[in-house]
Amino acid sequence: MAETIAPIGHEVGAADTHLRHHFATPAQQMDAATLGMWTFLITEVLFFGGMFTAYAIYRGIYPAAFASTSEYMNVKIGATNTIVLICSSLTMAMAVRSAQLSKRASLIKYLIATMIFGTAFLVIKGFEYHAKWVEHLVPGFNFAFPEHPEFVHNAQILFFLYFCMTGMHALHMVVGLGLLSYLLIQGSRRVFHANYYAPVEMIGLYWHFVDIVWIFLFPLLYLIGHWHL
Amino acid sequence: MTSSEHVTPVHAHIPKVGTLVGVWATLVVFTVITALVATVNLGEFNVVVALIIAVTKASLVAWIFMGVRHTTSLTKLFVVAGLVWLGIMILITASDYTSRTWTYQAQPWATNPAGGKSR
Repeated sequence: MAETIAPIGHEVGAADTHLRHHFATPAQQMDAATLGMWTFLITEVLFFGGMFTAYAIYRGIYPAAFASTSEYMNVKIGATNTIVLICSSLTMAMAVRSAQLSKRASLIKYLIATMIFGTAFLVIKGFEYHAKWVEHLVPGFNFAFPEHPEFVHNAQILFFLYFCMTGMHALHMVVGLGLLSYLLIQGSRRVFHANYYAPVEMIGLYWHFVDIVWIFLFPLLYLIGHWHL
Repeated sequence: MTSSEHVTPVHAHIPKVGTLVGVWATLVVFTVITALVATVNLGEFNVVVALIIAVTKASLVAWIFMGVRHTTSLTKLFVVAGLVWLGIMILITASDYTSRTWTYQAQPWATNPAGGKSR
């Protein structure tokens, strides 16, 4: 190979740590990246937290109307999607582990598995949204609530929150799938190894965070009030 | 520049496969439990039990899968600070909505501009 001109503080080769000149060691660079990623995730906590707060407030103001919506939530689909996401979190954690051990083949394998689980979640979600449309439960478009006409206005608030929260969550999943494809391309190019796997770790943090959001959405939207049925 | 033979490695803690699979199994079990408990009438406690299980699951994901247990103290402080801020948002918003109508109840001589009895 001819001479390679590398940027300052940037090594080239199988042990390339991508160390930037303002960091002393790869370990310090990794700590900084982790702190930065968590700072971003905290803004995400507060972003979703705003919607959870709105949900809690309106549930407190209109408890009967919110309880009346339970029978329209498909617990089986919600639980299935919860399990699917938990499986995707396991495969993501295994992908990070593979990168830490420089196991390229298993990194690729686990990244693909994570993407399959993520896609499965979105497909199931799509069927659920379609069912909501067919049942006239989309506020602002075709909402009808003949079983409980007294709640026709207040129940729409719940379904509005349902579509906002699950919709933003699904959008985060789509972004996550895009990030995973990036990891897949870089991983197949042998970019990641024991001394450089920060992107795998950071996108892993993002993916687990999206899982945590769903861990709260599932009981709050599907389960509370379920015993009425 | 250091040559590749003298690279300072990233001192990462590599989790055991058994630990990760154990967390996964625990999360699945908790999901089944929370779905089953939801079919029983516990009154107000349905919400409480559902949230306790959700917080436990989320903590497991953060602590093991996201590796908070092996991060620096500064990162742990940031994580806790984020949760404190979330608490501030929920607490102050809830106290606002709860106490908005109290003013006129506490001062019976005052007139509620909204008219009628406050909720």
